[in-house]
Amino acid sequence: MPSVFHIVVCGSIVPDPLQTLEPITTPTGPALKNELMLPAVLDPWAWHALFEAANLAKNNPGSKVWLVALGPKAKLQQVMMSVAQKAPFELVVIDGPASGFTESAEVASELAAAITSIAGLDKTKLLLFGGWESASRGAGTTLPMVGERLGITDQFQGVDQISVQPDGSFEVLERIEGGKHQVSTCAGAPALLGWATGNLPEPPNNPQVGMANMRTLMPALQKAKPAKVTNTGLAYASVALPKQRRETRIVKDMPADEIAQEIVAWIRAD
Amino acid sequence: MTQDSVSESPVVDRQSMAVDIVCVGFGPATAGFLTALSKKLVNPDGTPIAESAAMPGMPPQVIAYERADDVGFGVSGVVTPARSIKAAFPGLDPAQIPMAAPVKTEKVAYLLDPVGASRRSLALRTADGVLKLFKGKHHAIELPWIPPFLAKHDGLVLSMGQFMQWVGGQVMGSGTVQVWPSMPVAGALVEDNKVVGIRLVDQGVEKNGAATGAFMPGMDIRAALTVIGDGPVGAVGQQLDRELGLPKDHHVHDWAVGMKFVIDLPESCTLEPGTVLHTFGYPEPEIFGFLYVHPGRIASLGIFVPSWFDSPVRTAYRYLQHWMLHPWIWRHIEGGTLRSWGAKTLQESGRRGEPHLVGDGFARIGEGSGSTNVLTGSGVDEAWATGTLLAEAVTELLKQGKPFTRENLESTYVARRRASWVDAEGRVAERARDGFQRGVVTGLIGMGLAGLTGGRLRAPGKPMPPHKRLPTIEAFYRGRISAEEIAKIRAECLAKGTPLHLALMDRAGWPAIPLDGKLLVSHQDALLMGGKVQAPGGYADHVVFPFPAICATCDQRTCVEVCSGQAIAHGPDGVPVFDREKCIHCGACLWNCARERPDGSGRTVLEFRAGSGGLHSAEN
Repeated sequence: MPSVFHIVVCGSIVPDPLQTLEPITTPTGPALKNELMLPAVLDPWAWHALFEAANLAKNNPGSKVWLVALGPKAKLQQVMMSVAQKAPFELVVIDGPASGFTESAEVASELAAAITSIAGLDKTKLLLFGGWESASRGAGTTLPMVGERLGITDQFQGVDQISVQPDGSFEVLERIEGGKHQVSTCAGAPALLGWATGNLPEPPNNPQVGMANMRTLMPALQKAKPAKVTNTGLAYASVALPKQRRETRIVKDMPADEIAQEIVAWIRAD
Repeated sequence: MTQDSVSESPVVDRQSMAVDIVCVGFGPATAGFLTALSKKLVNPDGTPIAESAAMPGMPPQVIAYERADDVGFGVSGVVTPARSIKAAFPGLDPAQIPMAAPVKTEKVAYLLDPVGASRRSLALRTADGVLKLFKGKHHAIELPWIPPFLAKHDGLVLSMGQFMQWVGGQVMGSGTVQVWPSMPVAGALVEDNKVVGIRLVDQGVEKNGAATGAFMPGMDIRAALTVIGDGPVGAVGQQLDRELGLPKDHHVHDWAVGMKFVIDLPESCTLEPGTVLHTFGYPEPEIFGFLYVHPGRIASLGIFVPSWFDSPVRTAYRYLQHWMLHPWIWRHIEGGTLRSWGAKTLQESGRRGEPHLVGDGFARIGEGSGSTNVLTGSGVDEAWATGTLLAEAVTELLKQGKPFTRENLESTYVARRRASWVDAEGRVAERARDGFQRGVVTGLIGMGLAGLTGGRLRAPGKPMPPHKRLPTIEAFYRGRISAEEIAKIRAECLAKGTPLHLALMDRAGWPAIPLDGKLLVSHQDALLMGGKVQAPGGYADHVVFPFPAICATCDQRTCVEVCSGQAIAHGPDGVPVFDREKCIHCGACLWNCARERPDGSGRTVLEFRAGSGGLHSAEN
């Protein structure tokens, strides 16, 4: 008999990874140069968490997915038009910065408060999903703090797979060193899963899913509450870019061994 | 028009959805349409002006589908009079729109050839000989006066990417219309000579369109009105042109590819935001250039390469670099840094390329509807205005409860369009460029005559399809490079897999580009640093060669040479190969194909279909 989960995915926007980013200092703290002009995407870690959540909900009828996003709502609105075609979810928006220069604790408090206020959310069925390194400049600190504030003690990070058993327990594969996974079994919800990339392909764009999501997207954006997070108190010191030497070639179907040998030779020659 | 017009795939459970109005493409025309319509769909008392037929009890359901991955990935840095945009947003403060600036200074300059490699006619060489006496140290003659028809004062310098992001936020924030990116439209659904909606592209397919295990047939979106604003090379516009033909004496023979950089200007640059520079004469006489300065020491700059520049190796990228290095331009940008790069096809036939604007169930707006003014070089303002006009017509029909028939759309939309400034100015412009068919000097004189006489005078010329006027490479270089040497260079390039145009330009005397890794970068690096192309998996190739036997015998292969992203390359058996991961969807290959298919349709043997992905930059 399938289990019923209430899956909350924490995920917000980041600048398109294809853009070149330049940190700057502003009167309100550190920021990215031309941040509002940059194209944005849903944080790739959160993307995967959302796909996994949608898949889990699909395979466990009665389950439901919420996407809780802390970000500038104008940009969120734009990005949601792409995201909303991928998977059914209900959006919860907190209007605030998503520059990567916010404190994990402050962000976690806002996310936890927003999750707590979701009407109809049953915390006994809660699976808290998110990107394992999201909203923390890669430190992996934010999502665990959200879990702590919600009283979730079963936490898994670097998750690539979840397999739900008939009794409602589930097996979790977490990444560890050496390209291996640690296999754990959790008795059931509530639990926190910080996702790595998972195993699922990106779902196709489905206009009907988009239309269904649209019913909650705009109201969620309109009633977004301002976040109580600031960049003040932080100072941007410096950033050092790796020494770049661009030698571009486009080569198709080159064996991995040859690529590796070429890179090693290049490093040794430097 | 038949149902066969939309390609059939191995269909399993093709889904269908009904809305009231579906729009194809989200460019300036659709943005104008949705901006105006979103303000009119609801009465002042909050009630809808009409009930949705697709979803009874709801207001009219209006949806737009855009191919690119975001609403702000359009390609064009523009200077526009912005009359229609300002009318849509009364009291518009350009500071609200990133990278927007009021036009402050305009200059037009004729660029002389400082390197001696430009291919200039005897008349031009003679004129150059005189002009060189006045060239100054920057090898250019600034026009003392800008003809009124070319002036853009009171206008705006815009980044189309940033502008479209801003507009997208406005229209979606209204809550009355929806814009869905990342969703290419394969074609129009046609039943009993009526357009009844659109079909989205299939997903979960191989490059050749074959279904995979993740196959998801493109959904049918059925609508009472289909608004086609998919630009000059859009799949739906192409389909309707094929099936309906064009009105008598209309044609789309004139094209151009615009290629541009967005750059950080160097600290030393003194150009102010709102500066507009236009050039002609170099690197080839047929190539026009532009530089627009945005706030924040950012500039958009680039060139237009027209279809009547009869070089079968008319690459835009190398020419763009030579244009940038011209002393009149280089003095402003030396030390700058590339931020973004892109290219776009422009429909240059203007009003004479106007298709059937309406039919049962459809209306066409924007550049693909022939709105561009080819005399003033203005397209965004006109495209936006056509969308606004259609919105007024649609509102009228909705309020009256009338269906979107050809007759009703003609009496509302087409009538408004015929009475508009877009049409009046388009008529003045429609033959203004004919003289370019005979040469650059004749063309410039013709433009001047047309502009100064309201179109009453012009230089004659008969536009021809690009593939019918394109000479062979040997003919183009006759007198400069022998046929034997061209054959040798061609063989060497084929063996090395390198572009022929680079070798020929080297041989023709163009100096090597002094790459600096910041502003002057290789074409491939521009693709990586500035274009940031994405090609999501699961979609079919949108550039296909359905007549490989003809391609194999083509010795021009202009498609390879002009490809803005180097996405088309020589294939092993002589048939070009396409790499979707490099394609920026400029569409230049469509009108640069040099061979006609044997079915008498007049079409060439390269197909440019609906496809996903493309540039990932919102600054263009």
